[in-house]
Amino acid sequence: MSSDAHAHAHDSADAHAGTRQGQLIGFGASVVLTAIPFLLVMHGTLDKQATALIIMAFAAVQVVVHMIFFLHMNTKAEGGWTMMALIFTIIMVVIALSGSLWVMHHLTTNMMPVHEMGQTP
Amino acid sequence: MTVAMGSMKAGEPVFYVVDEHEHPEGSSTMLGFWIYLMSDCLIFAILFAVYGVLGAKYAAGPAPKDLFDLSLVAVNTSFLLLSSLTYGFAMLSMQQNRVGAMQAWLAITGLFGLAFLGIELTEFAHMIHEGATPQRSAFLSSFFTLVGTHGLHVTFGLIWLVTLMVQVKTYGLIEANRRRLVCLSMFWHFLDVIWIGVFTFVYLMGMLR
Repeated sequence: MSSDAHAHAHDSADAHAGTRQGQLIGFGASVVLTAIPFLLVMHGTLDKQATALIIMAFAAVQVVVHMIFFLHMNTKAEGGWTMMALIFTIIMVVIALSGSLWVMHHLTTNMMPVHEMGQTP
Repeated sequence: MTVAMGSMKAGEPVFYVVDEHEHPEGSSTMLGFWIYLMSDCLIFAILFAVYGVLGAKYAAGPAPKDLFDLSLVAVNTSFLLLSSLTYGFAMLSMQQNRVGAMQAWLAITGLFGLAFLGIELTEFAHMIHEGATPQRSAFLSSFFTLVGTHGLHVTFGLIWLVTLMVQVKTYGLIEANRRRLVCLSMFWHFLDVIWIGVFTFVYLMGMLR
């Protein structure tokens, strides 16, 4: 293996290690972002709708924190292709999730209830 | 590019250089592994969608409130989060070529992973013992599929972790092993990201219902 190839592989490996400080920041943020939703659900006094919205927001933020501090996502790695793959995946996930939930919700609400079906001759 | 332009001026057919330039060994592994993780992400997205559709269909069986113990889930979550941190430390030790420290951090990561799996399996066994089996209701089928698939990923991650520890012990921190360790690090952190979705949408939202 040429020294150039060695340096290249080494660079990409190093880029994925980050710094100790970065790891600790990510971990600290994750602990806070995990603890608050758990406390809200276990001991919280907010109504369910508000609690649900808050914990979903915390989850979204925590996913971003993990992406940046643990997975070391950036727009430059691999010539931007990891970010492109991520964006594509997010689009697919949003379509699959929202589409399934939307269609199935309407299917459920428009279906004739089972007990009524039993009464029809 | 200049060759193509020149040919076009001469009115001759345009040929492109089809020979690929040389790629150093393993230079495309990171991108390829990332694309694998993205496809895995789609698997979990579909399982989340299934749980989202079926998660409230209890078939007069037990609901999340009757089954889940949030304090146990909190302990489980902290184990997985800690294992992500210790894997990060292992990567830092690898960067500094400290093999002993790296192996130690990897071992600690493995123990956290094992503890996570142990708690999860205990929870599953408890649920099944109470009659909350996957066959009981659509909610439980989708629950076991989603959480079980994540647990299966963690299991394979652990097998991979042990394999790599033996590899490093046998061959040292060669370039190939560094690359494999970085792949596993991405896999491990990715599983932690999926777990964020699981504890939020399955456990916490389940308790709110």
